[in-house]
Amino acid sequence: MSLFQILNGLTFAALLFVVASGFTLIFGLLRIVNLAHGALYLFGGYIGYTVAIKTGSFLVGGIGAMAAIAAIGFVLDQGLLRFVRGNELRQVLLTLGVAFFLNDLALVIWGGDSFTVPIPELLRGGTRVFGTFYPIYRLFVLVTGILVFIGLWVLLNHTRLGALIRAGVDDAEMVEASGVNIRRVFLFTFLFGSALAGLGGLMGGAFLSLYPSADAEILTFSLAVVIIGGRGSLVGVAVGSLLVGLLNTLGQVMFPELAYFVIFGPMAVLLAFRPLGLFGRAT
Amino acid sequence: MTQPAPRSSRFAGMTGRGLVIATAVVLVAALLPLGLSSYQVGLATEILIFGILAMSIDILAGFAGRTSLGHGAIFGVSTYVVVYLTAQGEMSPWIALVLGVAAATAVASVFALLAVRTSGVYFLLLTLALGMIIWGVCLRWTQVTGGENGMRGDVRPAALVGQSAFYWAVLACAAAVSYAMWRFVNSPFGLTLRGIRDSESRMRSLGYNVPLHLFIGFTVSGIFAGIAGALYAMFNNFVSPSTVALAQSVEGVLMMIAGGVGTLFGAFVGAAAIIILENIVSSYTERWLMVLGVTFVLIMIFAPEGIIGKLRALTSRKPR
Repeated sequence: MSLFQILNGLTFAALLFVVASGFTLIFGLLRIVNLAHGALYLFGGYIGYTVAIKTGSFLVGGIGAMAAIAAIGFVLDQGLLRFVRGNELRQVLLTLGVAFFLNDLALVIWGGDSFTVPIPELLRGGTRVFGTFYPIYRLFVLVTGILVFIGLWVLLNHTRLGALIRAGVDDAEMVEASGVNIRRVFLFTFLFGSALAGLGGLMGGAFLSLYPSADAEILTFSLAVVIIGGRGSLVGVAVGSLLVGLLNTLGQVMFPELAYFVIFGPMAVLLAFRPLGLFGRAT
Repeated sequence: MTQPAPRSSRFAGMTGRGLVIATAVVLVAALLPLGLSSYQVGLATEILIFGILAMSIDILAGFAGRTSLGHGAIFGVSTYVVVYLTAQGEMSPWIALVLGVAAATAVASVFALLAVRTSGVYFLLLTLALGMIIWGVCLRWTQVTGGENGMRGDVRPAALVGQSAFYWAVLACAAAVSYAMWRFVNSPFGLTLRGIRDSESRMRSLGYNVPLHLFIGFTVSGIFAGIAGALYAMFNNFVSPSTVALAQSVEGVLMMIAGGVGTLFGAFVGAAAIIILENIVSSYTERWLMVLGVTFVLIMIFAPEGIIGKLRALTSRKPR
């Protein structure tokens, strides 16, 4: 692989990290596999696109996407999931129904054409990285991914809220018994995880473009990341994203039509030895 | 269904009453083409095919406690192989059908190898991811699968070209397959699956090889999904990525749940409900997926025990 392809893999991994970290936060703490996460990504992308076009600002687009997706997350969590609490299967299948609804709604609103979120003037063009000419925007995605990782790391490991989330991942009932309103921590995590999907949608929308089946594709990759990395582990998501991102790029270079199969390999091998993923723990 | 009856009054494992009901249902179903339009016969055929798919999912969900979100892909692999072999390979449809089911079984066994070590949400997650990988491959491997445009082929053997003739063939197949599945879940092997559903650790300490049982259960269920997929290839004479897409798996699961998890034959009721709903909705709007999503959400919230279970609960609540 050339440096150019490695950078492609890394930037894709950074995008995957942003999307999958939201997914794994929700999965780890609330035990909900939110299958609407891909649809939230796509919706975030479309909304970010619309806002960015209307206001002419990429930044406002990003804020708009995150806020709108957090709002959808709020409705999903408080309006629907509350009816099926405590039943994992029903929760998962319900989010699947929501995913179908949102996907079709997006088709109604934005149609079947593919959109590319306009890149701000500042991030256009390319630059030399170790002698290879590379688009600035993709480097921006890479940096954003790293910043989100650092931000999440600090949030989880050095704040009270993070301590509550970590404690909740291990034993939500004990946290509640010690007088913490765990429901509020749950809600915050759900909204935050959703907002990350929205941010991912805008970021991905600018270099992968947005089209009706993009949600299913990103969901597959996110699932692979979480299966490889393990539930609720930040480091797991980072390692999983890097693996999936680089392997996917390698796959596209070597067997363009069968790239999907390449992520299947490590997932299969890993599951044979560690069914809970690299950093997953039994509960 | 599982109540032991005296050996003498049983035929092929069925009690006298069960046999009468089964015969009556098949007979009524066989008479349907005489009273229905050819469009409705097509619909009934589709219901039977998807009923088989939903039943194959129920083997795992209802009897082994593991809901698969990847069965649409197993189903679709069979459809792809059958259409590909008859259209591109110019093979006899009969051989193609067998190879289609074989391919689906092979895929199911690979899924099973990976999935048997997981349970609960992880099982859902994994089968979903595996199914979507199949979908991704079918979508991208344009040279073989035709990509987004799919493939067309005259799969139906000459004898079955007529709408009613094909319906009867599918009905015969569905009856045989239903019987096989019913025997399977009520066999000693099926009972061990139920044991695993109820308490995996207990079955393990009793000395049962749990992963092996689940592997066999999954693979057998894949055979049935493959049969449904092969029939669908004949029904549709066309295949595209939407046949292996998540929506297919999800519809199958929804039919199974609507009919009642663990009822096996309820799958046909669920399939009828969903397919008829799909047709009614499609005649008014193109937004079937949206309606499907809403239906899914509503069933999860209000009737997770299925339509029949819900009706039963409602009627039993009334004072007599």
